[in-house]
Amino acid sequence: MHAKWVNRLYATMSAAVVAFILLPLVGIVWVSFFSNRILSFPPEGYTLDWYVRAWGMDVFRDGFVTSVQTAACATLISLGLGVPASLALTRYRFIGRDAIQTLLLAPMIVPGIVGGAALFIAFIELEVLFDHQIAGTLGGLLIAHGLIALPWTVRLVTASLAGTDRSIEEAAASLGASSLTIFRRVTLPSIRPGIVAAALFSFVISFIDLEKSIFLVGAGRTTLQIALVNYLEWNLDSTVAAVATVQIVIIGTLLLASDRYAKLGRAF
Amino acid sequence: MSDVILQSIVKRYDQTVAVDHVSLSISQGDLVALLGPSGCGKTTTLRMIGGFVDVTEGKVLVGGRDVTALPPARRNMGFGFQNYALFPHMTVAQNVAFGLEMRRVSKAETAARVGQALDRVKLAHLAERLPKQLSGGQQQRVALARALVIEPDVLLLDEPLSNLDAQLRQEMKIEIRELQRSLGITTIFVTHDQDEALSVADRVVVMRQGRIEQDGTPDEVFETPRSHFVAEFMGVTNLLKGQREGDAHFRVASGELITVPPEARGAIGGMAFALRPERIEVAEHSGAAAVNSLEAEIENATYRGHVIDYRVRTPSGLTLVARRPAPALGGPKALGAGNKVRVSWASDAGVLVPL
Ligand SMILES: Nc1ncnc2c1ncn2[C@@H]1O[C@H](COP(=O)(O)OP(=O)(O)OP(=O)(O)O)[C@@H](O)[C@H]1O
Ligand SMILES: [Mg+2]
Repeated sequence: MHAKWVNRLYATMSAAVVAFILLPLVGIVWVSFFSNRILSFPPEGYTLDWYVRAWGMDVFRDGFVTSVQTAACATLISLGLGVPASLALTRYRFIGRDAIQTLLLAPMIVPGIVGGAALFIAFIELEVLFDHQIAGTLGGLLIAHGLIALPWTVRLVTASLAGTDRSIEEAAASLGASSLTIFRRVTLPSIRPGIVAAALFSFVISFIDLEKSIFLVGAGRTTLQIALVNYLEWNLDSTVAAVATVQIVIIGTLLLASDRYAKLGRAF
Repeated sequence: MSDVILQSIVKRYDQTVAVDHVSLSISQGDLVALLGPSGCGKTTTLRMIGGFVDVTEGKVLVGGRDVTALPPARRNMGFGFQNYALFPHMTVAQNVAFGLEMRRVSKAETAARVGQALDRVKLAHLAERLPKQLSGGQQQRVALARALVIEPDVLLLDEPLSNLDAQLRQEMKIEIRELQRSLGITTIFVTHDQDEALSVADRVVVMRQGRIEQDGTPDEVFETPRSHFVAEFMGVTNLLKGQREGDAHFRVASGELITVPPEARGAIGGMAFALRPERIEVAEHSGAAAVNSLEAEIENATYRGHVIDYRVRTPSGLTLVARRPAPALGGPKALGAGNKVRVSWASDAGVLVPL
């Protein structure tokens, strides 16, 4: 009796939480089809015009391209650093290992806006020191995005490495394989799902970032998120909802794909 | 194929000494079992021979060559892992071919040798399967084929049967033994199961706390354990503590004087008389008192299929376990708890071991 009651309460609360998370998303998708000229309720009718309009606007199209490029580079950076780092962290014991582990995961814990401000200040300091612009350059933006993606790569790849069996590497060694061959032929294939998930996740994390980018984008190089914020300052129509819906679809697809490769739950 | 010599090898970790001056000389073609309880250093010893664990002190020689400092890849040894360690993303055939590929054997020859290796373990029909599509016993065979196809000098197996069920274990035991014989390959295998060691190996090395406790043929180790530890590990349930009296007698702590085989070994300190339960006769309380015969009462009888274990207790408080064949197999009629009996054994039925 009692257990049943608890179960029901649990189910109700879970449903409430899911609804709480999903409702705004559903709302946005719905609104993106309203034909009202100014965003208002109830809908006067439905149209696809906002999608056409959004695609026709340079700020969104350029923002989209910038975001995709940035996310792609951030993915490469986070894999390039994160995979070797995960290998070192799981395979070797060395002084400062725990410190490095904490440091690598820090961007996940520090609020984005704080991290963004900190990076901005650090870039300015470096600019003064080396007399070379960083903040506002593409390089600066990529460093920042690489950093936000890095902890996810480290977590996912580390989890994947922890789940693989060291003895298959030893088996390869006893059969005469060199360290490089072992990595290429045995280790890499067995952590490939983790790496694919890390790549997809890194891409998403960079793609959705607003807080850090806002400090670091330069003139004429806005990401899609910033373009949206800028647009919202002066306009209130369903264009934003249309853009947001496109993003929801892209991100949702990537996350689902990523979860197929490596259960994301393992990384949390 | 080669002989293997361990020269006083030691493995020290920060706190523990996992292997403590182990010396062993294994002749070519022998199958040696490293036997001992959990944590006694069997795996560590095997992994030092294979090159997966650095040797702290001492040397490993294979065929007269010092391999102590060589990485596993250059030792030409086959290693069988407890969990088989097949490459999960490669087919059976690719798994077996891996070692040949590393040796840059030509495609045609590789195909021929892989086919032959799979035939040997009766798995040719599963060549294109992935490891996860195989049963435990089949995976074990693939692992063996993979280790043997490179024609290693030595085959090392870490608890090769521990993940299999009882019947499969029995089959694989025989199969490994036959493969080893027909290839004549020097083999060292680790187990904590005395039955397995006794039935498969040419030679059994019993380890305890990083040291070799006894080293001999299966029947030497079984019949004449050299220590209380080995006797207990070999399933001798009756270990009677006491003192030697004269040449042929032994005074059990509970007071009985029993006749023991004349023993050359010095009786310094405490001794125990190790008596296998199978060697004790149980007769209903009647017969005349012979040598080594005691009156006792059955405390408990445990039926175990082909045998019955009787736990008996003498008036002086000595407890013994006697194992008799079940009546269906020609044993005496079964007795129950509370029966008065006479237990007896021949004077050469047990051995004296130091405590
Ligand atoms: N990497 C290590 N670091 C520290 N101690 C270790 C390490 N590997 C093994 N040991 C210790 O060395 C001892 C021997 O271990 P080993 O694995 O050789 O035992 P084993 O006889 O194979 O036992 P089991 O039957 O449980 O497999 C144990 O006390 C173990 O705790
Ligand atoms: Mg072990």
